[in-house]
Amino acid sequence: MSRIGVFICHCGENIAGTVDCAKVAEVVSHLSGVAHSVDYKYMCSDPGQNLIKEAIKEKNLSGVIVAACSPRMHEPTFRRACAEAGLNPFLCEMANIREHCSWVHEKSDGTTQKAIDLIRMLVSKVRKNKPLYPIKVPVQRTALVIGGGIGGIQASLDIANAGHKVILVERDPSIGGHMSQLSETFPTLDCSQCILTPRMVEVAQHPNITLYTYSEVESVSGFIGNFKVKIRKKARCVDEKLCNGCGVCIQKCTVKKIPSEFDEGLGLRPAIYVPFPQAVPNKPVIDKKNCTYFIRGKCAACEKLCPTKAIRFDQQDEIIEADVGGIVLATGFTILNTDFFPEYGYGKYKDIITGLQYERLASASGPTLGVIKRPSDGKIPETVVFIACAGSRDSAKGIEYCSKICCMYTAKHAMLYKHKFHEGKAYVFYMDIRAGGKMYEEFVRRAIEEDHVKYIRGRVSKIYEEDGKLIVKGADTLLNHQPIEIKADMVVLATASIANQGAEELAQKLHVSYDSYHFFAEAHPKLRPVETNTAGIFLAGACQAPKDIPDTVAQASGAGSKIAALFSATEMTREPVIAVVHRTAPPIFSTCVGCFLCQSACPFQAIEREEIKARDGKVLKVVAKVNDGLCQGCGTCVALCRSKSIDLQGFTHEQMYAQIMAS
Amino acid sequence: MITIGYFPGCSLLGTAREYDESLRAIAPKIGIELVEIPDWNCCGATAAHSLNHTLATALPARILALAEKENLEEILVPCAACYNRLVMAQHELMSNEPLCKKVSDIIELDVKGTARPINILEALMKTSSNGLAQNISKPFNYTVACYYGCLLVRPPKVLQFDRAEDPQIMDEVMKKIGAVPIDWAYKTECCGAGFSVSKTDIVSKLSGKIIKDAVTRGAETIIVACPMCHSNLDMRRKDINQYNDSRYIIPVMYITQAIGLALGIDKKKLGLHRHIIPVTLPVKEKTTGKTQPALAVSERSASGGKTEVE
Repeated sequence: MSRIGVFICHCGENIAGTVDCAKVAEVVSHLSGVAHSVDYKYMCSDPGQNLIKEAIKEKNLSGVIVAACSPRMHEPTFRRACAEAGLNPFLCEMANIREHCSWVHEKSDGTTQKAIDLIRMLVSKVRKNKPLYPIKVPVQRTALVIGGGIGGIQASLDIANAGHKVILVERDPSIGGHMSQLSETFPTLDCSQCILTPRMVEVAQHPNITLYTYSEVESVSGFIGNFKVKIRKKARCVDEKLCNGCGVCIQKCTVKKIPSEFDEGLGLRPAIYVPFPQAVPNKPVIDKKNCTYFIRGKCAACEKLCPTKAIRFDQQDEIIEADVGGIVLATGFTILNTDFFPEYGYGKYKDIITGLQYERLASASGPTLGVIKRPSDGKIPETVVFIACAGSRDSAKGIEYCSKICCMYTAKHAMLYKHKFHEGKAYVFYMDIRAGGKMYEEFVRRAIEEDHVKYIRGRVSKIYEEDGKLIVKGADTLLNHQPIEIKADMVVLATASIANQGAEELAQKLHVSYDSYHFFAEAHPKLRPVETNTAGIFLAGACQAPKDIPDTVAQASGAGSKIAALFSATEMTREPVIAVVHRTAPPIFSTCVGCFLCQSACPFQAIEREEIKARDGKVLKVVAKVNDGLCQGCGTCVALCRSKSIDLQGFTHEQMYAQIMAS
Repeated sequence: MITIGYFPGCSLLGTAREYDESLRAIAPKIGIELVEIPDWNCCGATAAHSLNHTLATALPARILALAEKENLEEILVPCAACYNRLVMAQHELMSNEPLCKKVSDIIELDVKGTARPINILEALMKTSSNGLAQNISKPFNYTVACYYGCLLVRPPKVLQFDRAEDPQIMDEVMKKIGAVPIDWAYKTECCGAGFSVSKTDIVSKLSGKIIKDAVTRGAETIIVACPMCHSNLDMRRKDINQYNDSRYIIPVMYITQAIGLALGIDKKKLGLHRHIIPVTLPVKEKTTGKTQPALAVSERSASGGKTEVE
């Protein structure tokens, strides 16, 4: 016979204002199975919790119901109190008579009756509750960081410095990401490479970090603490151990005119190349699509001239398998650089470029060695127009969100132009200036006031070429929408930041949710911005949403700390609210018929096949089995199981039916 | 032969008669059978939709409903303003059930949304893909400025047709008949539209810019697909030239007229004699090298050693 204690909370006036708590306690005390019933002003307070603890001991309670607020609010509080009094915490449940009753109804007998009904239903459920015990999962203390931009670099270093092993995977031939392409950084105008490259070198030399560049994550399986990953190390066609980075192959390569990805198509590179001089690792890769040897089977100049004989034309992709406990996603972003806005003529006119291309023009390591020259004829432009929000904040044709970084980098671009070419005229067309951040507003004001960049509040409707000039037509909305025409020599579009290519595919591989823009989704927009909905996978940087460098680094350190916390013990405990497949005595073994509908329905890949074998090893039956580590307790499999062979612990069919039947 | 509903609208019976004539002339040759919607009414352009939303929806709704009654799946609407009204009305009716019911009660007909309004470019695109090129007897080998105007491709969210700010379909169709479209800046700029009546100086200014850019970039003729654009660029030329102190004589042709010429249709059937600015195009040699007098459709004698098309 159950001995359940019911504790009714007034929550000050929150509940007692509309529900007659004393009457509820009185009525409930007569329910079958209820041994104790009491109401109190604040159950969550220390005296309130003591009331529960004492009752458990004195009345030898076999279950506890706290009728108060939402279990999301205080279930852990009361379960902890029960555990302290020696009662299995999963025998304690909460009836939500605040959000579900007192807050949403007027004061009346009906409201009190509803509170009684909610408790009565829960009494029926708790009578069927069984003690449950937390699940212990071992933790593999190695982290996988995907993406070697500044986010991935920071997260890797933080985890490695905390004493844990890190595997850093980068898709491109070098780490560094977009930050390595930038000229100078706002709001301090310090050189991007100067602050980044020491970190890149640190990553390469750190004893705890294993770096795989020119590699991609092939597959991820497993669960928090125990992921199994496969990494495809693409063939560089260069033996990294033998190569000493002398660069002879690069100089002697016969194919030289391939648009450089690193220079955003403004510079050229050979078929065997390192993306940029400070690349980490400083080992070249062969671009097989453009290499004469791979196209015609001839040439091999690099192979002949390599002093260490490091060229390997026959190198194959390699698959590396690793066990990791946690994953940081830091895959970054890309920019919208298509002819998304035909009226702006990107792609049609050479001197209309994206912000990232401008960064390469302004960079000392760029194709023009830092001199702002326009791509069409190499002349220094005398008038440059910068267009902010090219695609951002445009629900009609672009993307709806604000790309966040453009206001700042556009101010920086205009400023750099003015610094490099004092006589030049710089115009910025903007919608609003969003300069929230430390020293950001001051930076924009500096561009306007000290460097005399002309800011025009308005949109550009069209750009076309006339007599060698780019005619930029727009309106000044601060001057009564007066039409403006500027004859420019170059136009820079602050194109929107969008999710990286393949983000959706990667999210599906990792079972991480993503939003409608294909950015990875955080578990909670405010309180869990670093976690994903999949336990053990964390986010850093612009793969979540557009972010500048300081925000990316902050989040990367956040993700690094989360991993360090996860790795602080050799095993972790999880709530036992997971699905279980019924097992019975032979010869039935289980009511599961092995249809595996549950397997196809499980969003977490937690259902495995289990073979029930006789002593001689003969397979008697194949049934479903739930992996404790992977199951998140969503209950999808339970709803789908045709033979009702799966139950969610703590919410079994028996418990749920009992609760419903009592209503 | 594809059967398409046909809604001429008021312009094609009046100022744009040659648009109607040329369309009817080329239709059988490019495999279109036009079925004029019986008892059609005004589309409500300009006046209705700026004053009364319900009326502005009810007028085109009746046209749509009549087409549906005839089991027509598509309605060809050559006038860009009519096209805009019909598309917008259908979009609103299909996304707003109470409005659809209200309008159905007013017009005493049901609108199910089964008849889709299409513009002239869509219709030509359809037919040109299955054999316009084969039927060309006299390639229209001129440098042309394809002028789309404001309404043919806007609003993009509702139309989902071509690229709103840099459309290409007219250029593609013109290429098929041998023309060389120029890349220019005024493809979709405003011609002044309805100000043709009330504020001619605005039309002179706006249309003047369009004509200037087309001429500067070497166009021999401007191709249009909207009666309003045509009347502003053609009929108002005297005002335009006066206002801008210019002497532009570049002809303005409907896309259907250009196709008609390429198909070898008699210029009179295409209504080319109805223009204010005479359609005078230089004779070009065929790729075979022979002199090509085919475009000499002028009734008057040729002038200055050139054969002219008027």
